[in-house]
Amino acid sequence: MEQLICKNLKLGYENITLAEDLSFSVESGDYLCIVGENGAGKSTLMRTILRLQKPLGGTIEYTDGLTASAIGYLPQQTIVQKDFPASVYEVVLSGCQNSLGRHIFYNKAAKERAHKNMERLGIEDLEKWCYRDLSGGQQQRVLLARALCATEKMLLLDEPVAGLDPLVTNEMYELISKLNKEGITIIMISHDIVSSVKYAKHILHIGNAFFFGTVEDYKNSDAGSAYLEGGMN
Amino acid sequence: MDTLIEALSYPFVRYALIVGVLVALCSSLLGVILVLKRFSYIGDGLSHVAFGAMAIAAVVGLTDQMMLTLPITIVCAILLLWTGQNAKIKGDAAIAMISVGALAFGYLLMNLFPTSSNISGDVCSSLFGSTKILTLTKSEVILSIVLSVVVVILFVIFYNRFFAVTFDESFAKAVGTKTRLLNLLIATVIAVIIVLAMNLVGSLLVSALVIFPALSAMRIFKSFKSVTIFSAILSVICALTGIIISIPFDTPVGSTIVITDIVAFAVCWVIGAVRK
Repeated sequence: MEQLICKNLKLGYENITLAEDLSFSVESGDYLCIVGENGAGKSTLMRTILRLQKPLGGTIEYTDGLTASAIGYLPQQTIVQKDFPASVYEVVLSGCQNSLGRHIFYNKAAKERAHKNMERLGIEDLEKWCYRDLSGGQQQRVLLARALCATEKMLLLDEPVAGLDPLVTNEMYELISKLNKEGITIIMISHDIVSSVKYAKHILHIGNAFFFGTVEDYKNSDAGSAYLEGGMN
Repeated sequence: MDTLIEALSYPFVRYALIVGVLVALCSSLLGVILVLKRFSYIGDGLSHVAFGAMAIAAVVGLTDQMMLTLPITIVCAILLLWTGQNAKIKGDAAIAMISVGALAFGYLLMNLFPTSSNISGDVCSSLFGSTKILTLTKSEVILSIVLSVVVVILFVIFYNRFFAVTFDESFAKAVGTKTRLLNLLIATVIAVIIVLAMNLVGSLLVSALVIFPALSAMRIFKSFKSVTIFSAILSVICALTGIIISIPFDTPVGSTIVITDIVAFAVCWVIGAVRK
């Protein structure tokens, strides 16, 4: 069943168009990797899907009970977060903010959801730790747990392994793969083409060349083979 | 000690203590958010705006200057935060422009239309706070109490949302939190606090009251909640100590409070360094 349908999307800012005529759809349980050169509009596409900015043209349709605010989002880390005095629990719990509604404090269900997701990602022992004292991989797990608090259906990940060492990178990919097998749709921006092809089900390539389809087709396509060769070397 | 007990028997000393505690409490609460959002300089810029507004109020001859300084400072706070996101002039440059402009404008006004014979004394006390203990009227005290209570209630109500929007604005916006509205609220509350605090420590020293307790707490504590609570307690203690020291030693109240804050910061810094 389709969850997200994008038709003829045109992305960019006021007078700069980054990408045009993007049409693709994402099915429930899918694992889509968005690849492309720097400046191709990958992050802009993600921000547009999240309604952080408006498309210059085209439509995005959310179906199967999905809404923009029920998508879990793992943004790239900001400088502000590097020395932020917050406990792991506080950060994870803030993922439940879309269930706050008109209430002042988080209810019991939200707190349970935060604990459940910390266990799910193996960070329950870090609950009282300060976010800034964690390693890069641990911080990503915390932010992933927070994203999971916001969604049951779909995760959008913006370069989740940027800056992680190879060992932790692999752990992160396995973790994301595990969540995907549990039924969560994954849409990920990645520069790591080799791992994208290894884990994803579909590939969306934007920029100089456009491709949307399964990983198998991508490997045989012109855009894919050229890009993959670059990635292997 | 005797001077202190004697001093406490005067109502204006009690007023100064009440207002001092409330202002210290409010400024430290919002200070944590300001420091973490990298908005420390906005507090500084706004205090200069408030100085300019105060000069206008004095020239016009308003008895209650807050009626003018409050709205002007709030409008500037909103403008600064609003334009900060997508303006042609970048946020920090806009703040520098507005704050320097307001300082010059205020000083010019005070010289062109002198309201008393001692201009430099007037300027000095609006910049650095009064040289002696504060003299506040009863209505000023009541207004300060009301505004402080409103600030504290707003902070408690929006605590979780403030945290969310401070830690990660993109995420908050993506999951449907009204970040623009929250930023607007933060700007307004900061403006109110700056105007309140200006009476106590003067416009040049206001940002010390906002920034130091938060920075001190961040040396030691590891969660947002504990940082917020400790910075509020520390700020109140420092303000009380500063005011009380300033009475027998006859020092300017504003700078005495700020020095107390600095000493507290040094202590917290050492404790934080030793723990690591």
